[in-house]
Order: sequence, then structure tokens, then C-alpha cells
Amino acid sequence: MSARKRKTRDADGETGYNFAYLDEQTKRMIRRCILKAVAVPGYQVPFGSREMPLPYGWGTGGIQVTASIIGRDDILKVIDQGSDDTTNAVSIRAFFAKTADVATTEETSRASVIQTRHRIPERKLRADQILVYQVPIPEPLRFLEPRETECRKVHAYSEYGVMQVKLYEDIARYGRITTAYAYPVRVDDRYIMDPSPIPKFDNPKMDNSPALQLFGAGREKRIYAIPPYTKVHSLDFDDHPFDVETWEEPCGLCGATDSFLDEIILDDQGARMFACSDSSFCTSRRAEGHTGPLSEDPLAQASEGGRANAG
Amino acid sequence: MPDDDVLLHVEHVSKTFGEIHACDDVSFDLWPGEVLGIVGESGSGKTTLLKCLAGREEPDSGLISYTNRRGEASDIFAMSEPERRMLARTDWGFVHQNPRDGLRLDITAGGNIGERLMMVGARHYGNIREEAETWMNRVELEFGRIDSPPRTFSGGMQQRLQIARNLVSGPRLVFMDEPTGGLDVSVQARLLDLLRELVRELQVAVVIVTHDLAVARLLSDRLMVMRRGAVVESGLTDQVLDDPQHEYSQLLVSSILQV
Repeated sequence: MSARKRKTRDADGETGYNFAYLDEQTKRMIRRCILKAVAVPGYQVPFGSREMPLPYGWGTGGIQVTASIIGRDDILKVIDQGSDDTTNAVSIRAFFAKTADVATTEETSRASVIQTRHRIPERKLRADQILVYQVPIPEPLRFLEPRETECRKVHAYSEYGVMQVKLYEDIARYGRITTAYAYPVRVDDRYIMDPSPIPKFDNPKMDNSPALQLFGAGREKRIYAIPPYTKVHSLDFDDHPFDVETWEEPCGLCGATDSFLDEIILDDQGARMFACSDSSFCTSRRAEGHTGPLSEDPLAQASEGGRANAG
Repeated sequence: MPDDDVLLHVEHVSKTFGEIHACDDVSFDLWPGEVLGIVGESGSGKTTLLKCLAGREEPDSGLISYTNRRGEASDIFAMSEPERRMLARTDWGFVHQNPRDGLRLDITAGGNIGERLMMVGARHYGNIREEAETWMNRVELEFGRIDSPPRTFSGGMQQRLQIARNLVSGPRLVFMDEPTGGLDVSVQARLLDLLRELVRELQVAVVIVTHDLAVARLLSDRLMVMRRGAVVESGLTDQVLDDPQHEYSQLLVSSILQV
């Protein structure tokens, strides 16, 4: 009964919906799963994933987690591939602005809940922030061990040699570990976890992070978590240690040398530039007065450079 | 209870599938470094018995006790599943009749050999690679194929790779289910030669199931003849094959085709 009462009382954003779309019983169920996930770091907790008003693969898991933890005073930021203004990010932000009537932001430092797909913000997160990941395939062993029953046993008994075989294969075939995203990690020296398709560049940010990290997979119906200040180790070999991507040039817009860069094709003459994938980070740096080699007029400058190179 | 130096002690093992007695009251002891052949026609319960011994199928009754490296004997079905799985990938090996059941076909030969090492914590690529190279060599696989997946190998090469993959962890006991089945005779001969050499050299105990008496003759020290789930005769290989006592063993021996 109380849930029904709340429904009418909370429906002040968009009439007819409960606060943050999901009904209260569902949120309680998801919160219980989140608590379990936090208690057993890296363990995939099954949950009763609901139909959401968008297709699987668009972030249904992340949205359900966000809907279950968000409150009226929260400030939400949504990023997709590091950017705040791509379709997925804009739609999800609008969804919560409508159904939960919460404030939204593009600034990492202002947000209290950040839902993400494919990136971890460059700016260091704080203990009062929660990072929610959208996860397509939560099982790190999926393409190594087709049997779900066997996967469960491998996790339960920590028989993780097969994960190492995958990295061995990379080195045997290409001379180095070529896995560049969804790079497997071991959480708290126990469970091996798929960090969702973030670039391995972001893996070190998960280690000992002050912020709580929650992972939701809607289609596969799994939630897992990394509690604050937890050890997250990226798998490697003693003689082929884990390393992250590096770039030869800085961000063309803000000049940053320590952020993850996207390559952007500027014309069909071979002109290209590199720019921060984290748009909020890049914007704030430029506001602080940092400039990159192409910050005036990227297209004109780079085209010139591109042609010069081609010639 | 078993003798101190017995490796595998089997006592009154029975397994039924509904009305069918796949294994009927089987008992024997296996000593370290010994090769035991189990022969019999199709459907006589050889493979079921092997699966029970390897901990892959739980018998309805009876005791299977394995003595580990520290000399402690324990009932393999009384130990926990992770312990049993640990044994299966360190102390034991299992060579399947069809190498595709025992290999990862999309993983390179080197990765297949190295898997057991990584399973027990090897984390140095160079060392794993070196070990894989050594084993490629020992099972007479061309070194240049170390980075090829086994699906590009011939049947005989796959079988040799499967053997290397099992022996790399230095097992004390290897179960083999018709390891030469499906190979042509010349490949079979080479494989048998290799197996015999490795088994002698590594002092590994083997339980080998086969319907091919020639394989049994070449490899095994002792022989058990099974029929309808029961052991009808057992003894030294030469003794059983040259002077079979039970009528079924006599039939089996007399059925060998002479060329």
C-alpha cells in the first residue's frame, strides 16, 4: 500500500510514473542486490532485470541501478564514450530529468551520481560520488568457456588459469597483450571481473578509487560492484606487465598529455587530430586557459598540416 | 584399507544406469608407474569405469582412494569438488579418444600446453613458452606449429598435443580412453612408441582403456578383461593374452585378425 501512496505523491516530474520510473518494490530488490555486490567485491549478483523503455544494449542495466540509488538531491551526469552530448548520454539524462526531476550536470566535479558507458572520467572521483557502469557482457569468461555452469564453478573455486591463457594467446600471436578494452581485472585478490568495455587506459583509475563503482547488465541480469578503496589488479605476465595506451601528441584542443585521446578525421585528405575523449575534462581545461596546437581553428590548421604531410 | 604404496585403490565399485550394470563390483589396486590395460568389447563398461576412476562420474557404491604426493590416501568422492578438480589438473591427466574433447581448438598449441601451468599460477610468459617448446619437441610436434591452433593439425598431431597438454604438469596418474582409436595404423604405431617411451621415462602410472589387444600388449604391464560390467579375468598382460583362462578372454584373443 505504501508503495502505491508514494507513487501518486512522487509523480511530480512526469505524471503517471513513480519517482525515477521504477516502482518501489523493484528498487528495493535492486538495492538488496547492490548491497550484496558491494559485500562481495567483483561477484556477479543475479537480479530481476525489468523491461525498460529503451532497447537492451542502450544502458538498461545502468539505468536500473541509477534509478534505484538516485535521490531528489542528487546531481546526475551521464557520459557515453567520454562525451556528455552523444545520443545515449543525452537520452538517459533527459529520462532522469523527466522521471526523477533531478538536477543534471556535465561537470564531473559537481555530479554525485555518474552513469557511464565506455569511459571513466579523467578528473579524479571523490568518496561522495558513485560511478554507475552500463555493462553489455558481465562474464569475463564468456568467450573462453561457453558453459554457464562451468563459469560459475571457475569463479567459485578461483580456477582462473584460463583467463591467463587468453593473454598468452595475445602475446603468442601479436608479440604483446593486445586486449585494449574490457581488460580483465582481479578485484580484492579474489574475483576476476570484466570492467565493461572501458579502454584499459582507465583500468588504473578503478584501483583504490574513493568512489563506489556499480556495474549493471540489463540483458544478462547481473549487478556487480567495487567498493571504495578496493584493490583492482589488471591481469598480466611477469615479463609482459600491464601498461596503458600512450599518444605521441597532446590533445589538439586543450593540450592535455595525460588524458585518453580520440582520433578525429577532419577531411578526406588525410587530415586528422587527437582530442580528449572526456569532453567535460577538455572543456574545463580550456576554460582554465589551456590551449592545444589546434585550438584556434582545428579544421583549417590540421588540413594544412595534413596536406603538407601528404605532400 | 590400501597398502601404503598403492597409488589408486579401487574396492567394490558398482555403477548402474537404470537396469544396466555398467560396472559390477570392480576391485583392483594400481601401483605408481604401473600401466594397467582394461580391455573388453563395446558396451562392457570400460569407459564408465574409467570415468568413475577419474572422478568424472560418481559410482553408486564402492570406494576409490587415491594416494597423493604426501602419501595420504583419500576417497576421491569424499573430498570437496575444488580439491578433486585440483587433483584432476595437476596430479592426473585424461587423454580422450577424440582429441577435440581434450583440446581448446581455437587456442594455439602453445596455449594448450601452457594452460595447466597457468592454472597452477605460472605468470611468466617466457618460462611458459619455453616449457611448451620442450613439450612440442618431446611429443615430436614440429616446433614451427607452436602458434597454430590445433584445428589445423592432423588427427595424430592433435592426439600428441593432447598428450603433451596432460603431461606438462608432471602427473602421477594418466587415464587414457582409446588413445589410438581413429588413427591409421602407421600413425598409431608411432603414437604407441611415443607413449611407451614417455611412460617409462616419467614413471607415470596409466590406466588405459582399449578394445585393441595389440595396444594393450604393447603398453600395459597388467590387463583386466571386462564383460557386461564385471572383470572376468586379470593378470600380467602376457599371461592373459598368451594363456587366457576365461572363455570370454579366449574368444577375445582368438578374434584377433591375422594378417
